[in-house]
Amino acid sequence: MSAAIVPTGLSTERKRRSLAAWTSDQLDLIVTPVLALILLVLLITVWSYSTFDPTTERILEPSQLARQLWQQLYVAFFSTVIVVAVAIPIGILVTRENAPRIKDTLVSFLGLGQAIPAYGLIVLFFVWLGQGAWTVIFALATFALLPVLRNTIVGLEQVDSSVIEAGKGMGMRGVQRLTKIELPLAVPVIMAGIRTATVINVGMATLAFLIGGGGLGETINAGLKLNRPTAIFIGAVLVALVALVFDFAGGLAQRYLRPKGV
Amino acid sequence: MTEPLIDLQAVTKVYPGVKEPAVKALNLAVEPGEILVLVGPSGCGKSTTLRLINRMIEPTSGRIIYEGQDVTKGDPNELRRRMGYVIQQIGLFPHRTIAENIATVPRMLKWPKKKIKERVDELLEVVSMDPSIYRDRYPSELSGGQAQRVGVARALGADPDVLLMDEPFGAIDPITRDRLQNEFLRLQADLKKTIVFVTHDIDEAVKMGDRIAILRDQSEIAQLDRPEVILTDPADEFVENFLGSGAILKTLTLRRVRDIDLDPMVTLKQPVHRSQALSEMNEANTTSAVLLDEQDRPLRWLDERALNSSSSALERSGRPITVQLQPEDTLQDALSAMLQTSSGMSVVVDGRGRYLGCCTIESLAGLLLTQGNETSSP
Repeated sequence: MSAAIVPTGLSTERKRRSLAAWTSDQLDLIVTPVLALILLVLLITVWSYSTFDPTTERILEPSQLARQLWQQLYVAFFSTVIVVAVAIPIGILVTRENAPRIKDTLVSFLGLGQAIPAYGLIVLFFVWLGQGAWTVIFALATFALLPVLRNTIVGLEQVDSSVIEAGKGMGMRGVQRLTKIELPLAVPVIMAGIRTATVINVGMATLAFLIGGGGLGETINAGLKLNRPTAIFIGAVLVALVALVFDFAGGLAQRYLRPKGV
Repeated sequence: MTEPLIDLQAVTKVYPGVKEPAVKALNLAVEPGEILVLVGPSGCGKSTTLRLINRMIEPTSGRIIYEGQDVTKGDPNELRRRMGYVIQQIGLFPHRTIAENIATVPRMLKWPKKKIKERVDELLEVVSMDPSIYRDRYPSELSGGQAQRVGVARALGADPDVLLMDEPFGAIDPITRDRLQNEFLRLQADLKKTIVFVTHDIDEAVKMGDRIAILRDQSEIAQLDRPEVILTDPADEFVENFLGSGAILKTLTLRRVRDIDLDPMVTLKQPVHRSQALSEMNEANTTSAVLLDEQDRPLRWLDERALNSSSSALERSGRPITVQLQPEDTLQDALSAMLQTSSGMSVVVDGRGRYLGCCTIESLAGLLLTQGNETSSP
């Protein structure tokens, strides 16, 4: 799409467009917190009004939950950082004019990787790297690489080629075109990919307990093993809450990092 | 002849994997201050030729001389910052304001902030857009015509000597295009930039070009000359075919009403009495006259019969003058104006609306018929 096609009658057009944008943003940024609030209320209600038997009480020991929560966030955070640090540079490299034509192969290869269940991937990495949180981090980073890489590629390629051509014609160097035109215009799409990856990582970090990586999976697992539905419920709701908070943060970032005028 | 500003010497472009060159040993000199239009059928390499000048496409062989220096080697980005570049799709940066778009090259050249701001406002004025309204808007808020104006302003950003324009008005509706072309020509009269202009539209070429290069395959120059020469004396069959039928009609847009010898008519200046009018017309042995007001502005066509048959005041007899021409109008405007009147005649007035004379369809035809022999510039 080029700016040349935008018709006149600007003021009403603009109003209508911003109204549409407002409602979609509203959905995005209101539904998530509302959902999180409902879960929180549910959590507090269950916590305050149930009587815990000694086993449940031991599973839901607050200091233990806090440690698991912290581990969960740790795993999710670092796996996402690795994804961003790896996928975005690769996405940039393979979309350069003179880059070897490997991006399609790369994307389908990583697509295959995503077809392996995260569970299997964690076990594979365990065989290779042994126990611990960092094994999980690397496994999840591999698993969540695709959405960010694909969105980086798509985001950079959807930038109107005439805009890049104009920049080139005015004597902008390759790096200037990348940092001043292509990346800013690709930010919304790339952010959407990062948001997806974050939510995947927060959720999948629940599996970290499998190979001694800790996390809220421990609580859910103990609840399952010892048949304590309250523990299962509280562990699951906590995971969902963390995921929603991250999704909300991602939504905010997507909204405020989007370049003006686009 | 002055030293050319841009000189392509035996420039050839062969794309990898293609046997035939896209541009073959092209020699082209662009004089300072002229609009040189490259025109030709699609696929003739006119766009490629334009893009060879600022090395958006690197030549396979040959030399590009700009301002007396060989710029074939060296940093192409430095070269491009010295040449404005306008493309059909415009390519404004959608995430930058109009002011930031226009400031692109000055910023790269590290101009001081204050100078950039002044320059942006100046350029918006130049393309007749109010800086206070448009400075902080985004490209998505502009119409097609406005966007193209900003595109031109951006190309003029760092005041380059050269503008390269690749079908700049190609994607714009005909009415806006006509207005932008006129505006651009007016602008160019002040700026005197050296412009290389690519189009596939021969009418646009005739209108915009000081010189026109008609290109055929592989960017071979079929004819390079002033538009009136090309129109009246095409070099070969290819050029003739490309001009299409009605080339002589196209010359109507090249010449102005001031080239016509105006016919003297009997004029009657207000206040004038009916009998006085009749006697003056009798004396001049004519049956019609032009009625002027106190400021010499034409009011009505008067003729003897109308004056004799009715007794109404002079201001209400005869026919009102609705169509007027000015010396700057093209002969095409003149022809269409005259065809609107039943008499095949139109009055010509100066900028203040004062009567200068009349032009008739006969005098226009006379000018066209002598045209083949003379090639005076408009």
